Amino acid sequence: MEFLIERLPLYLDGAWVTIQLTIGGSALAFVLAMVFGTLGSMKHWLPRAVATVYVEVFRGIAALVLMFWMAYALPVATGFQLEDRFAAIVALGLNVGAYGAEVVRAAINAVPKAQVEATVALNMSWFQRTRLVVLPQAWAQMLPTFGNLVIELMKATAVAYLIGVADLTAVAQQMRQGTGETIIAFVGALILYYLIAQVLISGMRLLERRANRRLGRTPSGGTGLSALLKYPAVGGGSAGVG
Amino acid sequence: MPPSETPLHEGPQGVEGQPLIVFDQVVKRFGDLTVLDHLDFQVDPGERVTLIGPSGSGKTTILRLLMTLEKVTEGHIWVDGEPFSHMPRGSGLAPASESYLRAKRRRVGMVFQQFNLFPNMTVRQNITEAPIHVLGTPKDEANQRASDLLDLVGLGEKIDAHPTQLSGGQQQRVAIARALAMQPEILLLDEVTSALDPELVAGVLDVLREIAETTDITMLCVTHEMGFARDVSHRVLMFDQGQIAEEGHPDQIFGDPREERTKSFLRSVLDNGD
Repeated sequence: MEFLIERLPLYLDGAWVTIQLTIGGSALAFVLAMVFGTLGSMKHWLPRAVATVYVEVFRGIAALVLMFWMAYALPVATGFQLEDRFAAIVALGLNVGAYGAEVVRAAINAVPKAQVEATVALNMSWFQRTRLVVLPQAWAQMLPTFGNLVIELMKATAVAYLIGVADLTAVAQQMRQGTGETIIAFVGALILYYLIAQVLISGMRLLERRANRRLGRTPSGGTGLSALLKYPAVGGGSAGVG
Repeated sequence: MPPSETPLHEGPQGVEGQPLIVFDQVVKRFGDLTVLDHLDFQVDPGERVTLIGPSGSGKTTILRLLMTLEKVTEGHIWVDGEPFSHMPRGSGLAPASESYLRAKRRRVGMVFQQFNLFPNMTVRQNITEAPIHVLGTPKDEANQRASDLLDLVGLGEKIDAHPTQLSGGQQQRVAIARALAMQPEILLLDEVTSALDPELVAGVLDVLREIAETTDITMLCVTHEMGFARDVSHRVLMFDQGQIAEEGHPDQIFGDPREERTKSFLRSVLDNGD
């Protein structure tokens, strides 16, 4: 234990890099998922084709290979060198964004047709309909899967040490090599990864609760802090309670 | 009014006293199923027309065509002398583009059987969002109008409620207010009480009666509420198999139906307790 406490600042530095990769990757993945997911839900074939190409290409490439490509092949091909951390963020964002786009597309398509017809009856344009009605309703549907994707992305940041990013895994590796304390060095990393994941899970649950409340769905677990720890109820719109 | 009174294939010209809505040989097919079969009919401005008939006879399809939720398979629809289902191209007509439809459907509003309120909005937002974003109504004005309309439908105190906090009848009355907020000239009512518990029907029908009495909105109403149809409509159209089986004044249709199909339909509706 003392071993870990002494080296806590180093671990926290690594964890901070992991958090940066997670936030950056998630932000990029989110934007890509929303853009390509929305394109994929459109009626016209062209935006759908664009979305399909993106999803199929980047879903099919391992994040690690993409990361290597960004870090090592891109400079050779273009003469443009990305900073290691940035290369990792781009690779993770492109990869997870492809999964996210499918989630967004499915959530948009799951908005009842009757809701879309109501927007037609109010003469809304496609943009107004998407912004005011479809995406706000699809949002609650996306969040549980987005939560999983964020956790997956956070865990996938662990391969970034292979392109030289000093993340939590890199710190653990250095500890192991520097001290020979293999078991304890990785226990430190395990604990911190777990804690980061717990914070992400809680945050996503908070968002899910808010989204469901906005749709008039009251979670069965009541409100308050303790309710955060329970899984949110999805799809149970009961009349008479707010 | 016989449907062949005007040369419909040329389109009614802009003359005084012209019909507001004209269906000219309209065919609607879903795959092999013909729902509307060369249908001709007209509706005058301010007229309130009730469409009755067995389910599957095409009544709701007529409303959906007028709301541009469906496209005609053949034939044309005209509104106020202008092509509605099609748009002018050269000397002829072409299928209407989305932007053409947007310009045309501005005059039409619809209330649905299942209310279709937006669950991501409060009652107020349900009523104000479309006027603000689609019509460009200033927010204050839209809010004022929303509260006036909610007073009209008897739900003034529910303005900040969430749709899920309302009963079905209340939701439907909000849906009526939402449609009216867009100031339509034509209001389509698609079995608006069919999804309601019996005790909630009267409240909704009262609201519609008041709208019928106090406005000159043209109304097309699909309903099984025969008493309501008799009270508010100028004309009743009895549909069967995609065609008009009989049409006439409500007193005649309900009091002295001529067609056997109308008689048997009315008998079956009355037997079901409506």
